[in-house]
Amino acid sequence: MNHDSYSDDYIREILNGVKTIAMVGASPVNVRPSYFAFKYLAQRGYDMIPVNPGHVGKSLLGKPFVASLLEIGRPVDMIDIFRNSSNIMPALDEALKMTPLPKVIWMQLGARDDAAAAKAEAAGLKVVMNRCPKIEYGRLSSEISWMGVNSRTLSSKRAPIPTLGMRLSLNRMSVGGGETTASDRAAKNKSELT
Amino acid sequence: MNDRLPGFSTLAVHAGAQPDPTTGARVTPIYQTTSFVFNDADHAASLFGLQAFGNIYTRITNPTTAVLEERVAALEGGTAALAVASGHAAQVVVLQQLLMPGDEFIAARKLYGGSINQFTHAFKSFGWNVIWADPDDVGSFERAVTPHTKAIFIESIANPAGSITDIEAISAVARKAGLPLIVDNTLATPYLLRPIDHGADIVVHSLTKFLGGHGNSLGGIIVDAGTFDWSKNNKYPMLSEPRPEYHGIKIQETFGNFAFAIACRVLGLRDLGPALSPFNAFLILTGIETLPLRMQKHCENAKAVAEWLSAHPAVAAVSYAGLAGDKYNNLARKYAPRGAGAVFTFSLKGGYEAGVNLVSNLKLFSHLANVGDTRSLVIHPASTTHSQLDDAAKVKSGAAPDVVRLSIGIEDKEDLIADLEQALST
Ligand SMILES: Cc1ncc(COP(=O)(O)O)c(C=O)c1O
Repeated sequence: MNHDSYSDDYIREILNGVKTIAMVGASPVNVRPSYFAFKYLAQRGYDMIPVNPGHVGKSLLGKPFVASLLEIGRPVDMIDIFRNSSNIMPALDEALKMTPLPKVIWMQLGARDDAAAAKAEAAGLKVVMNRCPKIEYGRLSSEISWMGVNSRTLSSKRAPIPTLGMRLSLNRMSVGGGETTASDRAAKNKSELT
Repeated sequence: MNDRLPGFSTLAVHAGAQPDPTTGARVTPIYQTTSFVFNDADHAASLFGLQAFGNIYTRITNPTTAVLEERVAALEGGTAALAVASGHAAQVVVLQQLLMPGDEFIAARKLYGGSINQFTHAFKSFGWNVIWADPDDVGSFERAVTPHTKAIFIESIANPAGSITDIEAISAVARKAGLPLIVDNTLATPYLLRPIDHGADIVVHSLTKFLGGHGNSLGGIIVDAGTFDWSKNNKYPMLSEPRPEYHGIKIQETFGNFAFAIACRVLGLRDLGPALSPFNAFLILTGIETLPLRMQKHCENAKAVAEWLSAHPAVAAVSYAGLAGDKYNNLARKYAPRGAGAVFTFSLKGGYEAGVNLVSNLKLFSHLANVGDTRSLVIHPASTTHSQLDDAAKVKSGAAPDVVRLSIGIEDKEDLIADLEQALST
């Protein structure tokens, strides 16, 4: 599968389908991007599990840290790997030892490892690289539009009524909007350099 | 699969706007409110800590203004945008993210006169030093780069003479020097030219002109192309270093390819304060819906008027890049094939006096200091918009004393030509 770009339907189906997400590299420091994403996803109803051997004994928003994916002890739908590109493969190898296997491997914004992606796909897993699930959720629900960000979606349908105060739903009918090809190209050039 | 991508006119009408979830209102409502209630203390804290998307206070975000921001971002092919109170405010906010006292930026010498003033005088008190370069000589940009340079600033179609800048050539200089290229795209609008497609990293606009289009609202906007790596060499600490005002967040690390727009919002607009009124955002949004139609008419009229003027015996020279044989015609064909815009200058054989007479004899053209209105406008730059410059600088910026600037509106071109004809013969 081509990982330079993803259709909105592909991402929406993943974010709608998964319920339990283990975040490898989650940080308890409340200004780190992983903390932001963890909190955001937990508030949208995902069952979040923080994975970080350096913080065992502590918890993140009430969820105890585990040292490795193999210590979770219950089925996990998606592994969100918050590590840089060079640390993806070990996390993936661990994920592939889980029973049952997770359904989705998600590599965080800035992370891309094509060999790991091919290995995960060969085992029947779906893969997303170089994306942030918080940003993708915000984009497809159009919450991110509140910050003037190009959601790249258009819709003539009334959006679902916000739930829990100001949270918008992922179940919104939309078509693709404006491209940001220059940015995609810059990201690709950067990942080829690193 | 979402394989189909919408065209420019569809984005001009739809991008950013969806029916209101509670009322079903189809047109974007004017959220004329200063502030927004929180769900609870944690929601408030998450918003203040930039952990959640949402509204706090209209100086930072507003739902009407957000639609305008997303729409212009989509039209320019950018990742995000930030609307502010005026084009000038956009320039201050952009440069505040990039320059510290003692730093330099390189700017094209052919700019709107107000921008030349802002860069030369107002920015001096911030310790930001402008170094001028000649947009017709790419080498002058290259030679101006020093270890203190933080950015390059150009206009795509330059005010007042409508000259076209070779964006790709200057972008190559910027890339080589590791600098972001800022392009003021006011006179072109994304309908005629999308600077990001040619290597711009940041696009700014005065929304006051063609985007709003009706001469009724001031506004400005900053579009983030999402192309520049701010963390590469620690030259841009606002984006790459932990920010004390947000407990140590690093903006680029947290916001990825729309980090620059977020920095402009939460470090620039929040603290400097030039917020756009939601009412102005509404008027400008309504204007943008017809941008493609208006720009077609503006350009068609401008070309007809420029051709007519260049054949008139009282006219010494017409500077319009859309004219075959104009110095900038090749660049216009490359960068703005749909039309070379509607702002241009010409000079009269009778010099300064004849120019002043012409302006006072016109009956349909309005004599005022603006461009990009539905109405046709005329001004004598040397005594107004560019009056603070000395004579040499006036000539270099395209505003010599005998030059008259027109901004051609969307009236019937025959009426515009008739008005010029009667004014030139009286
Ligand atoms: C090319 C250009 N940039 C910037 C500006 C400044 O915009 P504003 O008047 O909205 O501050 C103008 C205004 O004439 C302009 O023509």
